[in-house]
Amino acid sequence: MKRRFALAVALALVVAFALMSTAQAAPPKDPLGVITIKKGQPIHIAYWMVVAGPDASLGEDTKRGVEIAIADKGGKLLGHPIKLTGQDEGCGPEGGQASTTKIASDPTVVAAVGSNCSSAARPGAPILWKAGISTVSPSNTAPYLTDPKRGPEYDGYLRTAHNDKVQGAVAAQFAIKKMGVKTAATIHDGSVYAEQLQAVFAEEFKKLGGTITSQEAVAPTDTDMRPVLTKIATGKPQFIYYPIFIAAAGHITRQVKEVAGLEKVYLMSADGSFSPDFYKAAGETAVGMFHSSPDFSAFAAGYKGFLDKHQKKYGEKPIAPFHAHGYDAAMIIFAAIEKVAVKDGDTIHIGRKALRDALYATKGLQGLTGNLTCDKFGDCADPRIAVYQQTAENIKKLENPQTPFWKPY
Amino acid sequence: MVKNLRERMSPTDIVMWSIGGILAILIVWGTASTIIKGTYSARHWIDFVIFGLAQGSIYALIAMGYTMVYGVLRMINFAHSEVFMSGPYTAYFFAAYFHRSGLLDSHPVISLVLVFLVSMATSVMIAVLLERIAYRPLRGAPRLVPLITAIGASFFLQYVFRGLYGSGFQAYPVISALEGQFTLGPIRVLKFQALVIVAAGLLMVALYQFTQRTRLGKALRSVSEDKEASALMGIDVDRMISMTFMIGGAAAGAAGVLYAIMFKQVHFFMGFIPGIKAFTAAVLGGIGNIPGAMLGGIFLGLVESVGPSLFLDGLGIVAPYQLKDAIAFTMLVLVLIFRPSGILGERLAVKKA
Repeated sequence: MKRRFALAVALALVVAFALMSTAQAAPPKDPLGVITIKKGQPIHIAYWMVVAGPDASLGEDTKRGVEIAIADKGGKLLGHPIKLTGQDEGCGPEGGQASTTKIASDPTVVAAVGSNCSSAARPGAPILWKAGISTVSPSNTAPYLTDPKRGPEYDGYLRTAHNDKVQGAVAAQFAIKKMGVKTAATIHDGSVYAEQLQAVFAEEFKKLGGTITSQEAVAPTDTDMRPVLTKIATGKPQFIYYPIFIAAAGHITRQVKEVAGLEKVYLMSADGSFSPDFYKAAGETAVGMFHSSPDFSAFAAGYKGFLDKHQKKYGEKPIAPFHAHGYDAAMIIFAAIEKVAVKDGDTIHIGRKALRDALYATKGLQGLTGNLTCDKFGDCADPRIAVYQQTAENIKKLENPQTPFWKPY
Repeated sequence: MVKNLRERMSPTDIVMWSIGGILAILIVWGTASTIIKGTYSARHWIDFVIFGLAQGSIYALIAMGYTMVYGVLRMINFAHSEVFMSGPYTAYFFAAYFHRSGLLDSHPVISLVLVFLVSMATSVMIAVLLERIAYRPLRGAPRLVPLITAIGASFFLQYVFRGLYGSGFQAYPVISALEGQFTLGPIRVLKFQALVIVAAGLLMVALYQFTQRTRLGKALRSVSEDKEASALMGIDVDRMISMTFMIGGAAAGAAGVLYAIMFKQVHFFMGFIPGIKAFTAAVLGGIGNIPGAMLGGIFLGLVESVGPSLFLDGLGIVAPYQLKDAIAFTMLVLVLIFRPSGILGERLAVKKA
């Protein structure tokens, strides 16, 4: 009897405590669920980037941006340590699916940074959003991902990288207005990124009065580009635009001058191959070619300090163009978490839908790449795209050129 | 006559032949309309053919390894693509050193010969070790066992080299002696393509002569005919099998350097695609048959280079070079429908498989 009484008292106490704690601060209700982070537990951010294989420099670069952002926050947010874990998205749809499935299965993940390649984001972002995880990409540029027609499964997707609607148009304007060419050919590799970017270029080029002689495609694993280049040569273009990735772009750059009729053609690629690894792949043949890329000279004043920290932490200059976007992606996530987190003593509650809404509501945030304001489809960048020309000097040093060759603004 | 034909052909045959017929008609139609359209001049076609020959002779050299091993052991050595990769990747470090020290520019012949030797030696070593460690203990096991082992060995070697040399790629130095081109009337050949075609041609002729004219070659052929009988005749079968792997490895090592001279990028995964293509070439030519592998390789290279423009351009297909591999494999299907044992495939009196 006594024992039963004791049990009843204990139960009553438990209920009372439970009631008290709910009375203190009701955890926020959220249609997609709430993440509760107790005292001492970390705020878990996951990245999905391409950190292995031939395009690893792209992922490593953005990852460093995120790491520096965490270091700038002192490794802490609202008194909780920030934990960063990651998956390799392999720069392709399969990797995109595998990496996000792993992240989505972890209930502690608050938000994600990624992906690098648009073709990985296409299947990946919906998988994360199904689990209520918002993701901010530092380097996806394919227009589709923030297109009004993209569908509700991309509601949790944002990006700090520019939309290729801007980049493709800048390239076309550069070709016509600066270089004065009338005819151009394009090559893509079947990836979402390259396919859409060359399409935007071709459209803008035609709008400005140019003629597209052909729009070809190769596989990213192709090595012998001479036949396809010979086919392009039959149209006698003055300009070839091939916004593809490092390995295939390297082969094209090396082989283009070996094809009869293309000895004097202008070459241009985009940010996907704007990397020292590409200079290694293409060697001296890259001298004189053009790349479109974010304009580093238009970045905010904080960028210089960032570069110093980068040099100190990793012992080298940034290895691809999207480190600052990685930094900004992490920063808007941190700002949104600070905005929506409900404090309850040392415990914090974060509503998943609330976090997503806060991310989309980002307005005038001072980032490294400029003022970040997200529109209703998740485009947060303040894009300033410039055109760079490769010189013998920077190819030899395996470094990205520092000053733009041409700017549209 | 009709009855006779009906008796000889099964429904499967009829379906296969119709598929073959449709493909052949499409190809002829595409070719005709491309030629009528006249986008390409004779000069372009010559260029296509030369690019195809250069690529094809590399396939042919690699295909030798597949076909010889198949001839002797009746197995597909899927790790051969890694034998191909190991040579030029190792030789890269020598090539880079010669480039830095200036030897490559002052004595291009000596340094190239050295690079070739290093590459071939590495590939031979890997091929022989592969046979000794992975395949010999399984001699006499069911045929599926060495096949699976070959796939395992392929992954193992890939990741060993990844561990040794890193996951990135390396860029082969440009050899200034091989830059530029020869012009003979309308024919324009890049110097290194000429080197690739000539070197591959010489190697293949030498190999063929070796198997046909020498005592060792005779022993090799007899082992591939009948292992037991050759053993009874006093031929050391194990030694001959090692020899087969050595020759295949040497051809792959040489092909590797030619590949690196042509494309300038080496990485641990570089063997995969050329390996698959060379295997296709070996099957196309009739697996087990050495001239067949050479013919298959060159045919495949030509189809890949000429095919997209010739067959698909006339059909109005955009970006035909994306379908390069599809065309190559369609050709394989076509050849196998009409000649199931490959172009030069042997008609065996006794089925060895």
